[in-house]
Amino acid sequence: MDQHLLSAGDLTRDDALLVLDTAEEMRSLSDRPIKKLPTLRGRTVVNLFFEDSTRTRISFEVAAKRLSADVINFAAKGSSLSKGESLKDTALTLQAMGADAVVVRHHASGAPHRLAHCAWTSGSVVNAGDGTHEHPTQALLDAFTMRRHLGELEGRHVAVVGDVLHSRVARSNALLLGTLGARVTLVSPPTLLPVGIEGWPVEVSYDLDAVLPKVDAVMMLRVQAERMNRSNGRFFPSAREYSRRYGLDLRRMSLLPDHALVLHPGPMNRGMEITADVADAARSVIVEQVSNGVATRMAVLYLLLSGAAPTQAPDHVDGPA
Amino acid sequence: MPGVMQPAGSRVVLDDRDIARALTRISHEILERNRGAGDLLVLGIPRRGHPLARRLAARIADVEGSEVPVGSLDVTPYRDDLRLRPARALEHTDIPTTGVDGKTVVLVDDVLFSGRTIRAALDALNDLGRPRVVRLAVLVDRGHRELPIRADFVGKNLPTSPIEDVRVHLREVDGRDEVLIAGSAVARAVEG
Repeated sequence: MDQHLLSAGDLTRDDALLVLDTAEEMRSLSDRPIKKLPTLRGRTVVNLFFEDSTRTRISFEVAAKRLSADVINFAAKGSSLSKGESLKDTALTLQAMGADAVVVRHHASGAPHRLAHCAWTSGSVVNAGDGTHEHPTQALLDAFTMRRHLGELEGRHVAVVGDVLHSRVARSNALLLGTLGARVTLVSPPTLLPVGIEGWPVEVSYDLDAVLPKVDAVMMLRVQAERMNRSNGRFFPSAREYSRRYGLDLRRMSLLPDHALVLHPGPMNRGMEITADVADAARSVIVEQVSNGVATRMAVLYLLLSGAAPTQAPDHVDGPA
Repeated sequence: MPGVMQPAGSRVVLDDRDIARALTRISHEILERNRGAGDLLVLGIPRRGHPLARRLAARIADVEGSEVPVGSLDVTPYRDDLRLRPARALEHTDIPTTGVDGKTVVLVDDVLFSGRTIRAALDALNDLGRPRVVRLAVLVDRGHRELPIRADFVGKNLPTSPIEDVRVHLREVDGRDEVLIAGSAVARAVEG
């Protein structure tokens, strides 16, 4: 694997499968009396969150702690970031403190990329969500969750439904699922599709009822009201019309094949893109996604941090030890 | 071994029948030492320790007439050389539901060399529980220990030079049973 994880598109098929296989082993750790491995002892992971997050930050924190890394949480609120410190100065500070990995969430698309490709910090950078761009560990945990239920994802069909325009989850999922050989159909109102969607490895539909009977999994996206307000736009006439056409309710869920899963990256707007009874249904794996998030992030941190830095690694070391 | 091409410069030190005899002997030694199969748990260290553990457990079960729990224990996250090479893929860990507490755990590996793998395995076991006793069974002991660790049951003591390579091939992983010894340069060129 690369030194950083910035985009789900950077992962080769072999990389992605290595993360998923490693996550499978990490997952069994949660059944043990001591849920901890000594692997990253003495390494420091900084969670640098410029944007609010519950699930992702806690998930990364638990993952790093289970690998025995030291964790520093750095939230924008309550730090010098709220006094206007730049990304660069923050990064230099972290570098001075010896961060081996920086897990960064930022409201600006591309911020993790900037952090990784400058001389400000020498550690690994993990993108934990940047603006409307990407959220690769979410895509990995979604793929991990689907793989546990459906087997290999090659040839499987996944519908991603809702606010694709503002969704970093949708982009990362489209890229990763494409790499893994799955077929992806985006279902969304035309106003919530990003420009350039023709270049994505996906099909597009505006008709949810027609797509549902054909898929192995349906992933509902959160309607991101906060980003819609920021761009001062009206993307659909009313919430009620949106949920009528693109929300998942019990009637729509019954159109799915029996084995099909329902996913949601959270946080959910119950009653908007998904009804409460669907969210709590047996085929909904939304809670499982959260616990799989820890295993997946452990796998990512393990693979990025446990070995030698790529530049210092000898070409070939062999022999049993 | 007739009919099988050996890499140039390597020689077979144990063939399939030698391996079978060694495993049968070790299984009897384990039973003798433990006075039966009570509370036994056989844990193989991936990759090649695991098939060896399964074979030992099967032989013990044949003699005693009752199933012996067997599992695998990946020591990768506990290794002391993780930072010396690129990140490694994890192997599978599978601990029987009975757990390790109070058991007589027999660790099984193919080659005992520096002892560092076993050191890692003891740490891994420690995180899983508290066995009553831990013993070590290996197919080949090639010497050159770097830690104060020794095996309780040994298939074959093989005096080697540190630069030689000892390769264990097993049916389940490599398609045939044999132990090879080679000058490390030769073995490496062949493995590519």
